[in-house]
Amino acid sequence: MIRYIYGNDLHKFPKLARTMFLDRADQFKTRLGWDVTVDARGFERDEYDAENPLYVIWENKDGTHGGSMRLLPTVGRTMVNDHFIHLTDGVHIESPLIWECTRFCLARGAAPGVAAALMLAGGEVMQEFGVMHYVGVFDARMVRIYKRIGSSPDILGQEGEGRAMIAVGLWEFSAEAQAKVARTAGITPEMSKRWFARSFGEIVDEAGLIAA
Amino acid sequence: MGFLRNASRLDGLIERLESAEGLEDLQVLIEELRDEYGVDHIVYHWVNSAGEQYGCGTYDLEWVNRYVEKGYLRIDPVIQGCYQRFHPVNWKRLDWSSKAARAFLEDAITHGIGNQGYSIPIRGPNGQFALFTMSHNGSDEGWERFTGDNRRDLILVAHYFNSKALEFEPGRTPEAAQSLSPREIEAMTLLAIGYNRAQAADTLSISEHTLRVYIESARHKLGAMNTTHAVARALSRGVIVV
Repeated sequence: MIRYIYGNDLHKFPKLARTMFLDRADQFKTRLGWDVTVDARGFERDEYDAENPLYVIWENKDGTHGGSMRLLPTVGRTMVNDHFIHLTDGVHIESPLIWECTRFCLARGAAPGVAAALMLAGGEVMQEFGVMHYVGVFDARMVRIYKRIGSSPDILGQEGEGRAMIAVGLWEFSAEAQAKVARTAGITPEMSKRWFARSFGEIVDEAGLIAA
Repeated sequence: MGFLRNASRLDGLIERLESAEGLEDLQVLIEELRDEYGVDHIVYHWVNSAGEQYGCGTYDLEWVNRYVEKGYLRIDPVIQGCYQRFHPVNWKRLDWSSKAARAFLEDAITHGIGNQGYSIPIRGPNGQFALFTMSHNGSDEGWERFTGDNRRDLILVAHYFNSKALEFEPGRTPEAAQSLSPREIEAMTLLAIGYNRAQAADTLSISEHTLRVYIESARHKLGAMNTTHAVARALSRGVIVV
C-alpha cells in the first residue's frame, strides 16, 4: 500500500523509514554510483531530508520499503534550484503550484507495479493539493520505467552518460495518463483514494462528531 | 459563497496587497476578500522567525480572545494538522475525534466560525510559518465544490499575504525579489507581442509544457495572479521591453 508521510512523522513508521533510507543507499550509491552521503547506519540522507519533505512510500506486506519518492514545494529550498539550474536553462523554478519530486527509488526486486503505484500517488497529490507541475531529478533507468508505465516527463536537461546520466524533467496531471498509470499499477481509483484518505484523513461530518 | 468571477478585481486586490504598509492594510484587504468570495470568514495568521504571533482576519474579537484564554492553540486540530506541512487542508479531513477537539469544534460553531474550513499552510524562511484560512457555514458538497473551484487562486493569495508579512519582520533586510532569468524574459516577451503558447514554445525550441513551467515561474516572481496580469506587470516594471 501507499503511505504519505511527512519527514517529522517518519519516526512513527520505524521499519518503513529505516528500509527506505537503506534502499536509497543501495540504489543511489551502490547501483548508480552517485556522489551521495551514506551515514554510519547505512542510510542515504541529504540536506533536503532535513526540510521536512512529504514522502510517498510503497509499503510491502511485511512493513518494509518497496519504493518511494520525496516531494518539496519549490517556494522553499529545492535540489533542482540549488544544484541543477544548469539543466533548466538557468530558470530558478519557483511557484506554490510547482513541487519538486526527487529520490525516486525502487527497492531491489520491487514488484512490477510499484513504480506505477508511486506515480499514481503523485497524481493524487496533484489533484487534491492543487499542484500543477512536478519538476523532478531522475536517473537513466527511470526514463525507461516512466515510459513503460505511461507517465513520461518532458526532459528539460540532462548530463552524464550511461548509468551515471542524471536528468531534470517535468510532469503535469492528465486524467488520461492517470488512468493508464492506474491500469499499469493494477490499482483501482477507489483503492488509491482510500490510501490517500488513510494518510490525510477521511471527510467526516461534524454533526456526527459532536453527537459522538 | 462563490467564485471570484471578475478576475481583474482579484488582480486589483493583489496590487493593493503589494503596496500594503502594515497590518491595518492587510486587515482592510482581508475583509474585502471575504466579501468578494462571500464566505463567512478569512483569517491569516503567522508566527515569525522569533516566535512572535500576528494575525488579521474577520473572526469576532470575542472568539479570538476566547481562543487565547482557553489555550485552544494546543487543542485545535487545524493547528496540529497544518503545522510544519505544506498541503492545503479541508478541515473535515482532520482528526476531531478527541473529546477536547469535539468540544472546541462545538464552541467554534457557536461563535459563528462555521462548520466548514479550508486552511493553506505556508512555510517561510528561518522557521516562519503561516496559515491562511477560510471558514463557512454550509454543506459538505458545496464546500468541496467551492474549495475545488477556487483552490489555485486561494493558494496564490495565501502566498502573497505571506510574502507581504515577511516584509514586516522586524530587522529584516529587504532581499531582492528573485529576478527573471533570460529564458523567462524571452518567454514573457513573446507572449507580450502576441505569440500564442505554441508559437512561443516553437520559437524558443522548447516544449509547450516547459514553456508553461517557465511562465508559471515568472508569474510567481512577478507577483501576478495569471499570465495576462504577469505580462502587464513585466511591461510596467520594464522587466521586458517590446
